[in-house]
Amino acid sequence: MLGFILRRLLWMFPSFFAVTVVAFVIIQLPPGDFVTSYAADLATSGSPADSATLDALRLRYGLDQPMVVQYFTWVGNALKGDLGMSFEYRSPVSDIIWDRLGMTTLVAFCTLAFVWLVAFPVGIFSAVRQYSIGDYVVTFLSFLGMATPSFLLALVVMYLSVEFLGYSVGGLFSPDFVNAPWSFARVIDLVQHLWIPVVVLGVAGIAALVRIMRANLLDELGKPYVETGRAKGLPETTLILRYPTRVALNPFISTVGWVLPVLVSGDVIVSSVLSLPTSGPILIQALKTQDMYLGGALIMFQCVLVLIGTLLSDILLAFVDPRIRYDN
Amino acid sequence: MTSVPPMPPQANDVVVEVKDLSTWFDTGKQVIKAVESLNLTLRRGRTHCIVGESGSGKSITARSILNIVPKPGRIMKGQVLLHGAGTGRDVIDLAALDPKGRQIRSVRGRDISMIFQEPMSSLSPVHTIGQQIMETIQLHRRIGKKEARERAIEVLAQVKIPRPERSIDAYPFEFSGGMRQRAMTAMALICEPKLVIADEPTTALDVTTQAEILDLMKGLQQRHGMALMFITHDMGVVAEIADDVTVMYMGEVVEHGPVNDIFFAPKHPYTQRLLASVRALERRSHRAGPAPKLSNDDAILEVSNVSMNFEARRRFFSRTPKEPPVKALDDVSFTLKRGEVLGIVGESGSGKTTLGRCVLRVLDPSSGRIVFKGRDAEPVDLAALPKSAVKPYWRKMRMIFQDPFSSLNPRMTVFQVIAEPLLNHGMTDRRALETEVAGLLERVGLPREAMWRYPHAFSGGQRQRIGIARTIALRPELIVADEATSALDVSLRAHMLDLLLGLCREFDMSFIFIGHDIGVIRYMCDRVAVMHRGRIVEIGDTDTVCDRPSHAYTRSLISAIPKPDPRLRGKTQRIRYASEVEG
Repeated sequence: MLGFILRRLLWMFPSFFAVTVVAFVIIQLPPGDFVTSYAADLATSGSPADSATLDALRLRYGLDQPMVVQYFTWVGNALKGDLGMSFEYRSPVSDIIWDRLGMTTLVAFCTLAFVWLVAFPVGIFSAVRQYSIGDYVVTFLSFLGMATPSFLLALVVMYLSVEFLGYSVGGLFSPDFVNAPWSFARVIDLVQHLWIPVVVLGVAGIAALVRIMRANLLDELGKPYVETGRAKGLPETTLILRYPTRVALNPFISTVGWVLPVLVSGDVIVSSVLSLPTSGPILIQALKTQDMYLGGALIMFQCVLVLIGTLLSDILLAFVDPRIRYDN
Repeated sequence: MTSVPPMPPQANDVVVEVKDLSTWFDTGKQVIKAVESLNLTLRRGRTHCIVGESGSGKSITARSILNIVPKPGRIMKGQVLLHGAGTGRDVIDLAALDPKGRQIRSVRGRDISMIFQEPMSSLSPVHTIGQQIMETIQLHRRIGKKEARERAIEVLAQVKIPRPERSIDAYPFEFSGGMRQRAMTAMALICEPKLVIADEPTTALDVTTQAEILDLMKGLQQRHGMALMFITHDMGVVAEIADDVTVMYMGEVVEHGPVNDIFFAPKHPYTQRLLASVRALERRSHRAGPAPKLSNDDAILEVSNVSMNFEARRRFFSRTPKEPPVKALDDVSFTLKRGEVLGIVGESGSGKTTLGRCVLRVLDPSSGRIVFKGRDAEPVDLAALPKSAVKPYWRKMRMIFQDPFSSLNPRMTVFQVIAEPLLNHGMTDRRALETEVAGLLERVGLPREAMWRYPHAFSGGQRQRIGIARTIALRPELIVADEATSALDVSLRAHMLDLLLGLCREFDMSFIFIGHDIGVIRYMCDRVAVMHRGRIVEIGDTDTVCDRPSHAYTRSLISAIPKPDPRLRGKTQRIRYASEVEG
């Protein structure tokens, strides 16, 4: 087991290297660079900059150097914790993103917990009581959940909460608390706001997960080892939770890896609609203005999350399923 | 166990009495009477075999006794009386209890336990053997974890699992099939039940392993004195272990009685037919005739020094040295003459299937020569050809598959299935195709109208006939049949083999017949090769190999086959082949 984890950790290094290359290539893909789009901006605002100034800017940011050199400077600095300057915000990237990443992570984990807490029991119920009225209701609702665009759901929830609950919606805090220092009241305020994005972002996930859990478990329920358990005299509930559910969880665990980044990048549209201080919207903005260090840092962060998520799911999987542990 | 003990009709010996039991499956469209008005008495210390073909209701009977009939099945009427449940002397009717209730659960595993057919899938893959065995006793007795573990180790030792104190922490996938079935048996025995139901417990095992498990069960039964209800389709196994026999057909009991009466004085025509088809496989087919006189230069296939290695997967960051490759075939040589039927027999993992696939070049051998000499053609070494150049030869060499259910595409009509190889090889005229397919169907004993239906409309035996029609469509010269009859019921096997033999002589085809069942091989083949661990250990005339085997492994293999004659019980000496002993 220990050897497995160690080997798995070693694998992360080449993967990380590959990921940074991909992140760098992505931010370099659009034609031109930040200075071009900056010049275009200036031109539309009526005061075109002369080429000498632009060249000076390029020189200052190292944009005139070959790609490979730029890449190594970037990665080298990133490893030291310096993610570079954001051209757009004129401040270090790390200052901009840490705040947002913190909030993003909070929203992501709450959503994930919400999704799992609801989806697992409902999925198990739906499978065990296949073709019952309850199963049909769950099936209907989950198809509805999958089909509803989440930005629409966001708008509906916002409307309902303003109309009936009297909340100020949008963002994660009431206006009074946005810049206030942390206090008990601020936490309460956060919780009051948090549920909306959590529900909105979670619904589609729950719907999909219920269907997957139902299908997985239905496959397992017919397996002979379930009959063995029944012939032993196990009570039905214990039997289902201990045997088939345990095996049916494997496909879930292996998807933890990509659940994380999806949640973190969130639904950009939902974040915009709810004006959440998460990383999705600024990533879009950064890509639009070719703010390469900010965009690169965000993409790299998401890729690192994929790596961590996959690592976590592999370790969990090896822990849960002995067949994987003993594979070597 | 020298002879069958006489049946002592003592009423207090009765453990379970099944009276007038009917279990039906209501699918909404139709009601299937899986078990109908069944009566059965199971006595202490006796082995009661339930025999029947697939679909005869024997497994549903077992599940009805424990009241675990799968949906949509339901016990419609009748009683399952358990005498002296727990420590009490009273009689409970298990069929009347709530299938999910506490009372029936306390009976399952404690008074009546069950051993299932597939030892791999019947154990949870993610729990250790120990966890699964201990669970049973912890459910039924107030017992601490430590004590439960000690008890589990004790039963594991009883079922002769080596090093039980270590094996208890192993997972099922670390065990071989035979070991898993031993663990399953340990699980069934841990609460010292009054009745153990074994549902085809040895069907998925090799013959030598089967013989060991049967020995084990006989021994355990003598030791514990429980009643054993043993479900099987194999009359050889019945002859080996049964005291009493119940023969089932289409959900009903057609005959029951002591084992000698069933074997030597069967009253019901179905029992007589069943025994006749089993005994038919005890000798050579009447169709086989004398082996055709063959001269050496008339070889259709010459396999020389073929080896096939499966390379172990190498890990990227692994420090462990590369594992040695698995030798699936190790220096195999044989010659197949034109018109000959060669049997290849061996246990699972002996390389017989790999050999069949290498001959057809579905797999690529690692070394050696496979020289195929077609009619009026120059001999060619298939092993040396690139894959693309092999394709034309697949017209002359074809395969019959084991599983008649998965080897036919369910979305193609029988016409499409059989016409496909003809189309692939350039026969495109629709009318000609139809005539051809109709002829083929009639040749394999199916009506020509069958071509417009889909495979699911046919039974296993009929599907295998469809598969055979597809195989002979191109008039191949060589056919490789891999376990072509093992998925079929015994009563169908002899017919299928006769059909194959007839075709073989009619179209002057040569046959490689791969199987694990010596009975089938003896019935069918002119010569037989015995494989063990990738090598051919013995090859020769079928009669010589079967009756006077010269290699120790062949002797052990043949001695392990249960003979369908209860008088021979305990008289044949079991020979163990040293490298086969587990552990």
